Amino acid sequence: MNSIWTIARKELSDSLRNRWLIAIAIVFATLAVGIAWFGAAASGQVGYASTPATIASLASLGIFLIPLIALLLAYDAIVGEEEGGTLLLLMTYPLSRGQLLFGKFLGHGLTLALATLIGFGVAGVAIALLVEDVAVGALAVAMFRFIVSTTLLGWSFIALAYVVSVRVSEKPVAAGLALAIWFFFVLIFDLMLLGTLVASQGEFNPELLPWLLLLNPTDIYRLLNIVTFSDSAQLSGVLSLGADLPIGPSGLWLALVLWFVIPLTGAWALFRSRRI
Amino acid sequence: MSCFRLENVSYKYDKALVLNGVDLRLEPGEILGLFGHNGAGKTTSIKLILGLMTPSQGKVSVLEGEAGDPKISQYIGYLPENVMFYPQLTGREILAHFARLKGANLRQVPELLEQVGLDDAMDARVKTYSKGMRQRLGLAQALLGKPRLLMLDEPTVGLDPVATADLYRLLRKLRDEGTGIVLCSHVLPGVEPYIDRAAILTDGSLKAVGDLASLRRQANMPTTLSIEPENTVAALESVVNSAKASAGLMMRHDNGRLHVDVRPAEKMELVKALMASGEVRDLGIYQPTLEDVYVHFIGSGGLAHRGGAQ
Repeated sequence: MNSIWTIARKELSDSLRNRWLIAIAIVFATLAVGIAWFGAAASGQVGYASTPATIASLASLGIFLIPLIALLLAYDAIVGEEEGGTLLLLMTYPLSRGQLLFGKFLGHGLTLALATLIGFGVAGVAIALLVEDVAVGALAVAMFRFIVSTTLLGWSFIALAYVVSVRVSEKPVAAGLALAIWFFFVLIFDLMLLGTLVASQGEFNPELLPWLLLLNPTDIYRLLNIVTFSDSAQLSGVLSLGADLPIGPSGLWLALVLWFVIPLTGAWALFRSRRI
Repeated sequence: MSCFRLENVSYKYDKALVLNGVDLRLEPGEILGLFGHNGAGKTTSIKLILGLMTPSQGKVSVLEGEAGDPKISQYIGYLPENVMFYPQLTGREILAHFARLKGANLRQVPELLEQVGLDDAMDARVKTYSKGMRQRLGLAQALLGKPRLLMLDEPTVGLDPVATADLYRLLRKLRDEGTGIVLCSHVLPGVEPYIDRAAILTDGSLKAVGDLASLRRQANMPTTLSIEPENTVAALESVVNSAKASAGLMMRHDNGRLHVDVRPAEKMELVKALMASGEVRDLGIYQPTLEDVYVHFIGSGGLAHRGGAQ
Protein backbone atom coordinates (compact mmCIF):
# COMPACT_ATOMS: atom_id res chain seq x y z
CA MET A 1 0.00 0.00 0.00
CA ASN A 2 2.89 2.31 0.82
CA SER A 3 4.48 1.94 -2.60
CA ILE A 4 1.11 2.48 -4.30
CA TRP A 5 0.77 5.75 -2.44
CA THR A 6 4.37 6.75 -3.26
CA ILE A 7 3.66 6.33 -6.97
CA ALA A 8 0.27 8.08 -6.69
CA ARG A 9 1.83 10.93 -4.79
CA LYS A 10 4.39 11.50 -7.53
CA GLU A 11 1.69 11.54 -10.23
CA LEU A 12 -0.38 13.96 -8.21
CA SER A 13 2.52 16.30 -7.58
CA ASP A 14 3.44 16.05 -11.28
CA SER A 15 -0.02 17.25 -12.27
CA LEU A 16 0.25 20.11 -9.79
CA ARG A 17 3.70 20.99 -11.08
CA ASN A 18 2.79 21.00 -14.77
CA ARG A 19 -0.48 22.76 -13.91
CA TRP A 20 -2.67 20.12 -15.49
CA LEU A 21 -4.91 19.92 -12.46
CA ILE A 22 -5.49 23.65 -12.22
CA ALA A 23 -5.90 23.99 -16.01
CA ILE A 24 -8.58 21.29 -16.14
CA ALA A 25 -10.36 22.78 -13.15
CA ILE A 26 -10.41 26.23 -14.79
CA VAL A 27 -11.73 24.82 -18.06
CA PHE A 28 -14.52 23.01 -16.19
CA ALA A 29 -15.45 26.04 -14.11
CA THR A 30 -15.49 28.35 -17.13
CA LEU A 31 -17.66 25.96 -19.13
CA ALA A 32 -20.07 25.41 -16.28
CA VAL A 33 -20.48 29.11 -15.51
CA GLY A 34 -20.78 29.95 -19.20
CA ILE A 35 -23.47 27.36 -19.79
CA ALA A 36 -25.34 28.42 -16.66
CA TRP A 37 -25.36 32.08 -17.71
CA PHE A 38 -26.16 31.64 -21.37
CA GLY A 39 -28.21 28.48 -20.98
CA ALA A 40 -31.40 30.20 -22.03
CA ALA A 41 -29.85 31.82 -25.07
CA ALA A 42 -31.70 29.42 -27.34
CA SER A 43 -34.98 30.82 -26.16
CA GLY A 44 -33.88 34.37 -26.85
CA GLN A 45 -32.77 35.58 -23.47
CA VAL A 46 -29.65 35.57 -21.35
CA GLY A 47 -29.94 33.90 -17.99
CA TYR A 48 -30.15 30.68 -16.06
CA ALA A 49 -32.50 28.27 -17.79
CA SER A 50 -33.10 25.52 -15.26
CA THR A 51 -31.03 23.06 -13.29
CA PRO A 52 -31.92 20.02 -15.47
CA ALA A 53 -31.21 21.93 -18.67
CA THR A 54 -27.89 23.16 -17.33
CA ILE A 55 -26.81 19.70 -16.24
CA ALA A 56 -27.91 18.24 -19.56
CA SER A 57 -25.84 20.82 -21.46
CA LEU A 58 -22.85 20.22 -19.22
CA ALA A 59 -23.14 16.48 -19.70
CA SER A 60 -23.31 16.86 -23.48
CA LEU A 61 -20.08 18.82 -23.37
CA GLY A 62 -18.56 16.48 -20.83
CA ILE A 63 -19.03 13.53 -23.15
CA PHE A 64 -16.57 15.08 -25.57
CA LEU A 65 -14.21 16.66 -23.11
CA ILE A 66 -13.85 14.21 -20.21
CA PRO A 67 -12.72 11.18 -22.23
CA LEU A 68 -10.25 13.34 -24.14
CA ILE A 69 -8.74 14.80 -20.98
CA ALA A 70 -8.58 11.41 -19.25
CA LEU A 71 -6.90 9.78 -22.25
CA LEU A 72 -4.38 12.63 -22.54
CA LEU A 73 -3.61 12.41 -18.86
CA ALA A 74 -3.01 8.67 -18.84
CA TYR A 75 -1.94 7.40 -22.25
CA ASP A 76 1.79 7.54 -21.48
CA ALA A 77 1.53 6.16 -17.93
CA ILE A 78 3.57 3.03 -18.61
CA VAL A 79 4.96 3.51 -22.10
CA GLY A 80 6.23 6.94 -21.03
CA GLU A 81 8.14 5.41 -18.13
CA GLU A 82 9.58 2.89 -20.52
CA GLU A 83 10.65 5.46 -23.09
CA GLY A 84 12.03 7.66 -20.34
CA GLY A 85 14.15 4.73 -19.20
CA THR A 86 12.71 4.61 -15.68
CA LEU A 87 10.44 1.57 -15.99
CA LEU A 88 13.31 -0.91 -15.84
CA LEU A 89 14.74 0.82 -12.79
CA LEU A 90 11.35 0.99 -11.04
CA MET A 91 10.84 -2.72 -11.59
CA THR A 92 14.08 -3.51 -9.76
CA TYR A 93 12.66 -1.81 -6.67
CA PRO A 94 10.45 -3.62 -4.17
CA LEU A 95 7.43 -2.69 -6.28
CA SER A 96 5.19 -5.07 -8.17
CA ARG A 97 3.75 -4.23 -11.56
CA GLY A 98 0.30 -4.16 -10.03
CA GLN A 99 1.42 -1.66 -7.40
CA LEU A 100 2.92 0.57 -10.08
CA LEU A 101 -0.24 0.45 -12.19
CA PHE A 102 -2.66 0.98 -9.31
CA GLY A 103 -0.46 3.76 -7.94
CA LYS A 104 -0.60 5.48 -11.31
CA PHE A 105 -4.36 5.01 -11.39
CA LEU A 106 -4.75 6.45 -7.93
CA GLY A 107 -2.64 9.48 -8.90
CA HIS A 108 -4.33 10.12 -12.23
CA GLY A 109 -7.76 9.32 -10.81
CA LEU A 110 -7.28 11.75 -7.93
CA THR A 111 -6.04 14.43 -10.32
CA LEU A 112 -9.16 14.12 -12.42
CA ALA A 113 -11.48 13.82 -9.43
CA LEU A 114 -10.01 16.92 -7.79
CA ALA A 115 -10.14 18.94 -11.01
CA THR A 116 -13.77 17.94 -11.51
CA LEU A 117 -14.70 18.66 -7.93
CA ILE A 118 -12.97 22.05 -7.88
CA GLY A 119 -14.08 23.12 -11.38
CA PHE A 120 -17.73 22.14 -11.25
CA GLY A 121 -17.93 22.67 -7.49
CA VAL A 122 -16.92 26.32 -7.83
CA ALA A 123 -19.42 26.73 -10.66
CA GLY A 124 -22.16 25.11 -8.57
CA VAL A 125 -21.47 27.43 -5.65
CA ALA A 126 -21.46 30.43 -7.99
CA ILE A 127 -24.82 29.42 -9.43
CA ALA A 128 -26.30 28.88 -5.98
CA LEU A 129 -25.11 32.29 -4.81
CA LEU A 130 -25.76 34.42 -7.86
CA VAL A 131 -28.89 33.02 -9.47
CA GLU A 132 -32.06 34.18 -7.81
CA ASP A 133 -34.73 31.72 -6.76
CA VAL A 134 -32.80 28.59 -7.72
CA ALA A 135 -33.71 25.52 -5.69
CA VAL A 136 -30.39 25.02 -3.92
CA GLY A 137 -31.21 21.52 -2.65
CA ALA A 138 -32.04 20.16 -6.09
CA LEU A 139 -29.03 21.93 -7.58
CA ALA A 140 -26.70 20.39 -4.99
CA VAL A 141 -28.05 16.89 -5.62
CA ALA A 142 -27.80 17.29 -9.39
CA MET A 143 -24.32 18.78 -9.21
CA PHE A 144 -23.15 16.02 -6.86
CA ARG A 145 -24.47 13.35 -9.20
CA PHE A 146 -22.90 15.12 -12.15
CA ILE A 147 -19.48 15.43 -10.46
CA VAL A 148 -19.42 11.79 -9.33
CA SER A 149 -20.50 10.44 -12.71
CA THR A 150 -18.02 12.71 -14.51
CA THR A 151 -15.24 11.38 -12.31
CA LEU A 152 -16.28 7.79 -12.97
CA LEU A 153 -16.43 8.47 -16.71
CA GLY A 154 -12.93 9.94 -16.52
CA TRP A 155 -11.66 6.93 -14.59
CA SER A 156 -13.01 4.52 -17.18
CA PHE A 157 -11.08 6.33 -19.91
CA ILE A 158 -7.96 6.46 -17.75
CA ALA A 159 -8.23 2.68 -17.39
CA LEU A 160 -8.77 2.30 -21.14
CA ALA A 161 -5.69 4.43 -21.77
CA TYR A 162 -3.70 2.09 -19.52
CA VAL A 163 -4.73 -0.90 -21.60
CA VAL A 164 -3.05 0.83 -24.53
CA SER A 165 -0.12 2.11 -22.49
CA VAL A 166 0.93 -1.30 -21.15
CA ARG A 167 0.64 -2.91 -24.56
CA VAL A 168 2.56 -0.68 -26.97
CA SER A 169 6.23 0.23 -26.91
CA GLU A 170 6.17 3.74 -28.36
CA LYS A 171 4.50 6.87 -27.08
CA PRO A 172 3.19 8.16 -30.44
CA VAL A 173 1.49 4.81 -31.05
CA ALA A 174 -0.14 5.03 -27.63
CA ALA A 175 -1.32 8.57 -28.40
CA GLY A 176 -2.79 7.44 -31.73
CA LEU A 177 -4.60 4.50 -30.18
CA ALA A 178 -5.92 6.72 -27.38
CA LEU A 179 -7.40 9.04 -29.97
CA ALA A 180 -8.91 6.03 -31.74
CA ILE A 181 -10.57 5.00 -28.47
CA TRP A 182 -12.01 8.48 -28.09
CA PHE A 183 -13.22 8.49 -31.67
CA PHE A 184 -14.85 5.10 -31.29
CA PHE A 185 -16.72 5.65 -28.03
CA VAL A 186 -17.61 9.31 -28.50
CA LEU A 187 -18.43 9.48 -32.20
CA ILE A 188 -18.64 6.10 -33.90
CA PHE A 189 -20.44 3.91 -31.40
CA ASP A 190 -23.81 5.71 -31.42
CA LEU A 191 -23.72 5.98 -35.19
CA MET A 192 -23.15 2.24 -35.44
CA LEU A 193 -25.97 1.58 -33.05
CA LEU A 194 -28.36 3.82 -34.95
CA GLY A 195 -27.20 2.31 -38.22
CA THR A 196 -27.90 -1.19 -36.92
CA LEU A 197 -31.30 -0.10 -35.76
CA VAL A 198 -32.26 1.41 -39.09
CA ALA A 199 -30.67 -1.25 -41.28
CA SER A 200 -32.35 -4.07 -39.45
CA GLN A 201 -35.75 -2.48 -40.08
CA GLY A 202 -37.10 -3.59 -36.76
CA GLU A 203 -35.88 -7.16 -37.18
CA PHE A 204 -33.26 -6.62 -34.49
CA ASN A 205 -34.26 -7.98 -31.13
CA PRO A 206 -35.79 -4.96 -29.37
CA GLU A 207 -35.10 -6.50 -25.98
CA LEU A 208 -31.38 -6.61 -26.67
CA LEU A 209 -30.81 -3.21 -28.19
CA PRO A 210 -31.03 -1.04 -25.04
CA TRP A 211 -28.47 -3.26 -23.36
CA LEU A 212 -26.01 -2.37 -26.08
CA LEU A 213 -25.90 1.15 -24.64
CA LEU A 214 -24.11 -0.31 -21.64
CA LEU A 215 -21.21 -1.19 -23.92
CA ASN A 216 -20.31 2.49 -24.07
CA PRO A 217 -19.42 4.40 -20.89
CA THR A 218 -20.30 7.74 -22.47
CA ASP A 219 -23.86 6.50 -23.13
CA ILE A 220 -24.19 5.36 -19.52
CA TYR A 221 -22.99 8.76 -18.40
CA ARG A 222 -25.46 10.48 -20.66
CA LEU A 223 -28.31 8.30 -19.43
CA LEU A 224 -27.41 9.07 -15.84
CA ASN A 225 -27.32 12.83 -16.32
CA ILE A 226 -29.93 13.46 -18.96
CA VAL A 227 -32.53 10.75 -18.83
CA THR A 228 -33.11 11.07 -15.10
CA PHE A 229 -34.22 14.64 -15.65
CA SER A 230 -36.13 14.66 -18.86
CA ASP A 231 -39.33 13.16 -20.08
CA SER A 232 -38.39 10.33 -22.36
CA ALA A 233 -40.39 12.05 -25.09
CA GLN A 234 -37.72 14.72 -25.37
CA LEU A 235 -34.93 12.22 -25.83
CA SER A 236 -33.47 11.94 -29.25
CA GLY A 237 -31.36 9.41 -31.07
CA VAL A 238 -30.07 6.32 -29.35
CA LEU A 239 -30.82 7.79 -25.95
CA SER A 240 -34.49 6.98 -26.37
CA LEU A 241 -33.41 3.35 -26.18
CA GLY A 242 -32.18 3.97 -22.69
CA ALA A 243 -35.69 4.64 -21.46
CA ASP A 244 -36.43 0.98 -22.16
CA LEU A 245 -33.63 -0.25 -19.93
CA PRO A 246 -35.04 -2.19 -17.02
CA ILE A 247 -32.10 -1.67 -14.68
CA GLY A 248 -32.69 1.79 -13.21
CA PRO A 249 -30.12 4.34 -11.96
CA SER A 250 -28.34 1.99 -9.56
CA GLY A 251 -27.71 -0.44 -12.40
CA LEU A 252 -26.32 2.39 -14.48
CA TRP A 253 -24.00 3.46 -11.65
CA LEU A 254 -22.81 -0.11 -11.30
CA ALA A 255 -22.20 -0.33 -15.04
CA LEU A 256 -20.12 2.85 -14.95
CA VAL A 257 -18.06 1.50 -12.04
CA LEU A 258 -17.49 -1.74 -13.95
CA TRP A 259 -16.29 0.36 -16.87
CA PHE A 260 -13.18 1.34 -14.97
CA VAL A 261 -12.76 -1.84 -12.93
CA ILE A 262 -12.74 -4.20 -15.92
CA PRO A 263 -10.31 -2.26 -18.17
CA LEU A 264 -8.04 -1.62 -15.18
CA THR A 265 -7.96 -5.33 -14.39
CA GLY A 266 -7.31 -6.05 -18.06
CA ALA A 267 -4.46 -3.55 -18.14
CA TRP A 268 -3.01 -5.20 -15.05
CA ALA A 269 -3.16 -8.65 -16.65
CA LEU A 270 -1.53 -7.35 -19.84
CA PHE A 271 1.14 -5.53 -17.86
CA ARG A 272 2.03 -8.65 -15.91
CA SER A 273 2.70 -10.56 -19.09
CA ARG A 274 4.69 -7.75 -20.68
CA ARG A 275 8.37 -8.33 -21.28
CA ILE A 276 10.61 -5.65 -19.81
CA MET B 1 25.16 -16.80 2.40
CA SER B 2 25.74 -16.13 -1.29
CA CYS B 3 24.78 -12.81 -2.83
CA PHE B 4 23.51 -14.70 -5.81
CA ARG B 5 23.82 -18.11 -7.35
CA LEU B 6 23.05 -19.05 -10.95
CA GLU B 7 22.85 -22.78 -11.44
CA ASN B 8 22.85 -24.12 -14.98
CA VAL B 9 20.76 -21.15 -16.11
CA SER B 10 19.51 -20.87 -19.67
CA TYR B 11 17.29 -18.19 -21.11
CA LYS B 12 15.49 -18.12 -24.42
CA TYR B 13 14.29 -14.89 -25.99
CA ASP B 14 11.70 -15.98 -28.52
CA LYS B 15 13.59 -18.93 -29.95
CA ALA B 16 17.11 -17.57 -29.65
CA LEU B 17 19.23 -18.92 -26.85
CA VAL B 18 20.56 -15.85 -25.03
CA LEU B 19 22.07 -17.66 -22.06
CA ASN B 20 23.24 -21.25 -22.15
CA GLY B 21 23.91 -23.25 -19.00
CA VAL B 22 25.54 -20.51 -16.95
CA ASP B 23 26.89 -21.33 -13.47
CA LEU B 24 27.99 -18.31 -11.52
CA ARG B 25 27.99 -17.18 -7.93
CA LEU B 26 28.96 -14.16 -5.92
CA GLU B 27 29.90 -14.16 -2.26
CA PRO B 28 29.62 -11.20 0.11
CA GLY B 29 32.66 -8.96 0.20
CA GLU B 30 33.65 -9.71 -3.36
CA ILE B 31 33.80 -7.64 -6.54
CA LEU B 32 33.01 -9.65 -9.66
CA GLY B 33 33.76 -8.21 -13.09
CA LEU B 34 31.29 -9.39 -15.71
CA PHE B 35 32.69 -9.01 -19.20
CA GLY B 36 31.62 -9.84 -22.70
CA HIS B 37 30.90 -8.21 -26.03
CA ASN B 38 27.58 -6.54 -26.69
CA GLY B 39 24.83 -9.13 -26.74
CA ALA B 40 26.92 -11.76 -24.96
CA GLY B 41 24.32 -12.06 -22.21
CA LYS B 42 25.58 -9.69 -19.51
CA THR B 43 22.39 -7.66 -19.30
CA THR B 44 20.28 -10.81 -19.45
CA SER B 45 22.21 -12.29 -16.53
CA ILE B 46 21.69 -9.11 -14.54
CA LYS B 47 17.98 -9.03 -15.35
CA LEU B 48 17.62 -12.63 -14.20
CA ILE B 49 19.32 -11.80 -10.90
CA LEU B 50 17.07 -8.77 -10.51
CA GLY B 51 14.05 -10.98 -11.10
CA LEU B 52 12.88 -8.98 -14.12
CA MET B 53 12.75 -12.23 -16.06
CA THR B 54 12.59 -15.87 -15.10
CA PRO B 55 15.05 -18.36 -16.57
CA SER B 56 13.82 -20.85 -19.17
CA GLN B 57 15.86 -23.47 -17.35
CA GLY B 58 18.00 -23.67 -14.24
CA LYS B 59 17.83 -21.97 -10.86
CA VAL B 60 18.48 -18.41 -9.74
CA SER B 61 18.71 -17.66 -6.03
CA VAL B 62 19.49 -14.23 -4.68
CA LEU B 63 20.45 -13.45 -1.06
CA GLU B 64 19.08 -16.85 -0.02
CA GLY B 65 15.72 -16.05 -1.56
CA GLU B 66 13.83 -15.83 -4.79
CA ALA B 67 14.90 -13.28 -7.42
CA GLY B 68 12.31 -10.52 -7.73
CA ASP B 69 10.79 -11.02 -4.27
CA PRO B 70 10.15 -7.52 -2.84
CA LYS B 71 11.73 -8.59 0.46
CA ILE B 72 14.90 -9.40 -1.48
CA SER B 73 14.97 -6.49 -3.95
CA GLN B 74 15.00 -4.14 -0.99
CA TYR B 75 18.61 -5.20 -0.47
CA ILE B 76 19.72 -4.92 -4.08
CA GLY B 77 21.17 -1.79 -5.60
CA TYR B 78 21.21 -1.52 -9.38
CA LEU B 79 22.65 1.04 -11.76
CA PRO B 80 21.42 0.39 -15.30
CA GLU B 81 23.46 1.29 -18.35
CA ASN B 82 22.53 4.81 -19.53
CA VAL B 83 20.47 5.55 -16.46
CA MET B 84 17.63 8.04 -17.02
CA PHE B 85 15.41 9.97 -14.64
CA TYR B 86 12.36 12.21 -14.69
CA PRO B 87 13.70 15.41 -16.32
CA GLN B 88 11.26 17.74 -14.59
CA LEU B 89 12.21 16.74 -11.05
CA THR B 90 15.24 17.84 -9.07
CA GLY B 91 17.93 15.40 -8.01
CA ARG B 92 16.75 15.59 -4.43
CA GLU B 93 13.10 14.93 -5.36
CA ILE B 94 14.04 11.94 -7.48
CA LEU B 95 16.24 10.40 -4.82
CA ALA B 96 13.53 10.96 -2.20
CA HIS B 97 10.97 9.25 -4.47
CA PHE B 98 13.21 6.22 -4.92
CA ALA B 99 14.07 6.19 -1.21
CA ARG B 100 10.37 5.98 -0.35
CA LEU B 101 9.92 3.14 -2.82
CA LYS B 102 12.83 1.27 -1.32
CA GLY B 103 11.75 1.94 2.24
CA ALA B 104 15.06 3.70 2.92
CA ASN B 105 15.50 6.44 5.47
CA LEU B 106 14.93 9.86 3.87
CA ARG B 107 17.90 11.22 5.84
CA GLN B 108 20.05 9.20 3.46
CA VAL B 109 19.02 11.43 0.55
CA PRO B 110 21.21 14.51 1.21
CA GLU B 111 24.00 12.28 2.54
CA LEU B 112 24.18 10.21 -0.61
CA LEU B 113 23.92 13.25 -2.87
CA GLU B 114 26.86 14.71 -1.05
CA GLN B 115 28.76 11.44 -1.26
CA VAL B 116 28.47 11.34 -5.06
CA GLY B 117 29.35 15.02 -5.34
CA LEU B 118 25.95 16.41 -6.29
CA ASP B 119 25.47 18.60 -3.21
CA ASP B 120 25.60 21.79 -5.29
CA ALA B 121 23.18 20.52 -7.94
CA MET B 122 20.63 18.65 -5.83
CA ASP B 123 17.97 21.31 -6.21
CA ALA B 124 18.41 21.74 -9.95
CA ARG B 125 16.15 19.91 -12.36
CA VAL B 126 17.63 16.74 -13.81
CA LYS B 127 17.12 18.00 -17.36
CA THR B 128 19.94 20.47 -16.70
CA TYR B 129 22.28 17.66 -15.59
CA SER B 130 25.23 16.50 -17.67
CA LYS B 131 25.69 12.82 -18.43
CA GLY B 132 28.21 12.48 -15.62
CA MET B 133 25.83 14.10 -13.15
CA ARG B 134 23.02 11.74 -14.16
CA GLN B 135 25.41 8.87 -13.68
CA ARG B 136 26.24 10.13 -10.16
CA LEU B 137 22.56 10.38 -9.35
CA GLY B 138 22.17 6.83 -10.65
CA LEU B 139 24.91 5.72 -8.29
CA ALA B 140 23.30 7.48 -5.35
CA GLN B 141 20.07 5.71 -6.22
CA ALA B 142 21.81 2.33 -6.29
CA LEU B 143 23.30 2.94 -2.85
CA LEU B 144 19.95 3.70 -1.18
CA GLY B 145 19.18 1.58 1.84
CA LYS B 146 22.56 -0.09 2.27
CA PRO B 147 22.41 -2.80 -0.41
CA ARG B 148 23.92 -6.23 0.20
CA LEU B 149 24.19 -6.85 -3.51
CA LEU B 150 25.19 -4.04 -5.83
CA MET B 151 25.06 -4.37 -9.59
CA LEU B 152 26.61 -1.65 -11.69
CA ASP B 153 26.36 -1.63 -15.48
CA GLU B 154 29.06 0.62 -16.96
CA PRO B 155 29.26 2.79 -13.84
CA THR B 156 32.14 4.98 -15.01
CA VAL B 157 30.62 6.19 -18.29
CA GLY B 158 30.65 9.98 -18.30
CA LEU B 159 32.65 10.24 -15.08
CA ASP B 160 35.87 12.24 -15.04
CA PRO B 161 39.05 10.49 -13.82
CA VAL B 162 38.77 11.91 -10.31
CA ALA B 163 35.15 10.83 -9.96
CA THR B 164 36.07 7.41 -11.35
CA ALA B 165 38.78 6.98 -8.75
CA ASP B 166 36.33 8.12 -6.06
CA LEU B 167 33.83 5.56 -7.26
CA TYR B 168 36.30 2.69 -7.12
CA ARG B 169 37.42 3.77 -3.67
CA LEU B 170 33.80 3.76 -2.55
CA LEU B 171 33.24 0.30 -4.04
CA ARG B 172 36.28 -1.03 -2.18
CA LYS B 173 34.92 0.37 1.05
CA LEU B 174 31.52 -1.23 0.47
CA ARG B 175 33.17 -4.52 -0.40
CA ASP B 176 35.18 -4.45 2.80
CA GLU B 177 31.92 -3.91 4.67
CA GLY B 178 30.57 -7.11 3.11
CA THR B 179 28.63 -5.98 0.04
CA GLY B 180 28.81 -8.24 -3.00
CA ILE B 181 29.39 -6.16 -6.13
CA VAL B 182 28.98 -6.96 -9.82
CA LEU B 183 30.75 -4.64 -12.21
CA CYS B 184 30.04 -4.67 -15.95
CA SER B 185 32.39 -2.59 -17.99
CA HIS B 186 34.14 -2.31 -21.31
CA VAL B 187 36.94 -0.25 -19.78
CA LEU B 188 38.99 -3.30 -18.82
CA PRO B 189 42.23 -1.57 -17.78
CA GLY B 190 40.16 0.70 -15.52
CA VAL B 191 38.48 -2.08 -13.56
CA GLU B 192 41.40 -4.52 -13.54
CA PRO B 193 42.93 -3.39 -10.22
CA TYR B 194 39.60 -3.42 -8.43
CA ILE B 195 37.97 -6.73 -9.25
CA ASP B 196 38.48 -9.89 -7.21
CA ARG B 197 37.18 -12.22 -9.88
CA ALA B 198 36.26 -11.92 -13.52
CA ALA B 199 33.63 -13.77 -15.52
CA ILE B 200 33.84 -13.71 -19.30
CA LEU B 201 30.73 -14.36 -21.36
CA THR B 202 30.54 -15.02 -25.06
CA ASP B 203 27.40 -15.85 -27.00
CA GLY B 204 25.49 -16.67 -23.85
CA SER B 205 27.91 -19.10 -22.29
CA LEU B 206 30.48 -18.57 -19.61
CA LYS B 207 33.94 -18.86 -21.14
CA ALA B 208 35.99 -18.42 -18.00
CA VAL B 209 35.61 -17.45 -14.34
CA GLY B 210 38.21 -16.82 -11.72
CA ASP B 211 40.69 -14.33 -10.33
CA LEU B 212 43.17 -12.85 -12.74
CA ALA B 213 45.98 -15.25 -11.81
CA SER B 214 43.83 -18.31 -12.47
CA LEU B 215 42.50 -16.82 -15.69
CA ARG B 216 46.08 -16.31 -16.84
CA ARG B 217 46.81 -19.93 -16.00
CA GLN B 218 43.70 -21.11 -17.81
CA ALA B 219 44.57 -19.01 -20.83
CA ASN B 220 48.18 -20.22 -20.66
CA MET B 221 49.25 -16.98 -22.23
CA PRO B 222 52.97 -16.15 -22.31
CA THR B 223 54.58 -13.66 -19.99
CA THR B 224 56.88 -11.21 -21.72
CA LEU B 225 60.34 -10.55 -20.35
CA SER B 226 61.94 -7.35 -21.52
CA ILE B 227 65.68 -7.59 -20.99
CA GLU B 228 68.35 -4.96 -21.36
CA PRO B 229 71.69 -6.68 -22.09
CA GLU B 230 74.81 -6.05 -20.03
CA ASN B 231 76.98 -6.59 -23.13
CA THR B 232 75.29 -7.46 -26.44
CA VAL B 233 71.87 -8.68 -27.51
CA ALA B 234 73.49 -11.62 -29.27
CA ALA B 235 75.13 -12.79 -26.07
CA LEU B 236 71.82 -12.54 -24.32
CA GLU B 237 70.12 -14.51 -27.08
CA SER B 238 72.54 -17.34 -26.70
CA VAL B 239 71.84 -17.47 -22.96
CA VAL B 240 68.13 -17.73 -23.63
CA ASN B 241 68.69 -20.36 -26.32
CA SER B 242 70.83 -22.48 -24.06
CA ALA B 243 68.30 -22.34 -21.22
CA LYS B 244 66.48 -25.60 -20.69
CA ALA B 245 63.03 -24.12 -21.20
CA SER B 246 63.87 -22.44 -24.46
CA ALA B 247 61.88 -24.72 -26.76
CA GLY B 248 59.46 -22.68 -28.86
CA LEU B 249 60.22 -19.31 -27.27
CA MET B 250 59.47 -16.18 -29.26
CA MET B 251 62.24 -13.64 -29.31
CA ARG B 252 62.47 -10.23 -30.89
CA HIS B 253 64.57 -7.17 -30.21
CA ASP B 254 64.09 -3.50 -30.63
CA ASN B 255 65.83 -0.42 -29.20
CA GLY B 256 68.61 -2.64 -27.93
CA ARG B 257 66.31 -4.65 -25.67
CA LEU B 258 65.40 -8.26 -26.04
CA HIS B 259 61.78 -9.34 -25.61
CA VAL B 260 61.13 -12.97 -24.78
CA ASP B 261 57.69 -14.55 -24.53
CA VAL B 262 57.74 -17.37 -22.02
CA ARG B 263 55.06 -19.72 -20.75
CA PRO B 264 54.04 -18.97 -17.14
CA ALA B 265 55.27 -22.36 -15.89
CA GLU B 266 58.74 -21.85 -17.35
CA LYS B 267 59.16 -18.22 -16.48
CA MET B 268 61.08 -18.60 -13.21
CA GLU B 269 63.48 -21.13 -14.63
CA LEU B 270 64.43 -18.77 -17.46
CA VAL B 271 64.76 -15.83 -15.10
CA LYS B 272 67.11 -17.83 -12.89
CA ALA B 273 69.25 -18.84 -15.86
CA LEU B 274 69.38 -15.22 -17.03
CA MET B 275 70.36 -13.92 -13.63
CA ALA B 276 73.10 -16.53 -13.30
CA SER B 277 74.62 -15.64 -16.68
CA GLY B 278 75.47 -12.08 -15.68
CA GLU B 279 74.33 -10.79 -19.09
CA VAL B 280 71.33 -8.89 -17.71
CA ARG B 281 71.48 -5.21 -16.86
CA ASP B 282 67.73 -4.65 -16.42
CA LEU B 283 64.71 -6.90 -16.48
CA GLY B 284 61.01 -6.11 -16.90
CA ILE B 285 58.28 -8.70 -16.52
CA TYR B 286 54.96 -8.10 -18.25
CA GLN B 287 52.04 -10.33 -17.27
CA PRO B 288 49.10 -10.52 -19.67
CA THR B 289 46.57 -7.87 -18.68
CA LEU B 290 42.88 -8.45 -18.17
CA GLU B 291 42.39 -7.09 -21.65
CA ASP B 292 44.83 -9.64 -23.12
CA VAL B 293 43.10 -12.46 -21.26
CA TYR B 294 39.71 -11.17 -22.38
CA VAL B 295 40.74 -11.04 -26.03
CA HIS B 296 42.19 -14.52 -25.70
CA PHE B 297 38.90 -15.97 -24.42
CA ILE B 298 36.68 -14.00 -26.76
CA GLY B 299 38.75 -15.28 -29.69
CA SER B 300 39.42 -13.59 -32.97
CA GLY B 301 35.70 -13.16 -33.64
CA GLY B 302 35.55 -10.90 -30.61
CA LEU B 303 36.65 -7.80 -32.44
CA ALA B 304 33.95 -8.18 -35.03
CA HIS B 305 31.39 -8.71 -32.28
CA ARG B 306 32.41 -5.66 -30.39
CA GLY B 307 31.20 -3.35 -33.12
CA GLY B 308 27.77 -4.91 -32.96
CA ALA B 309 24.61 -3.20 -31.85
CA GLN B 310 23.40 -3.62 -28.29
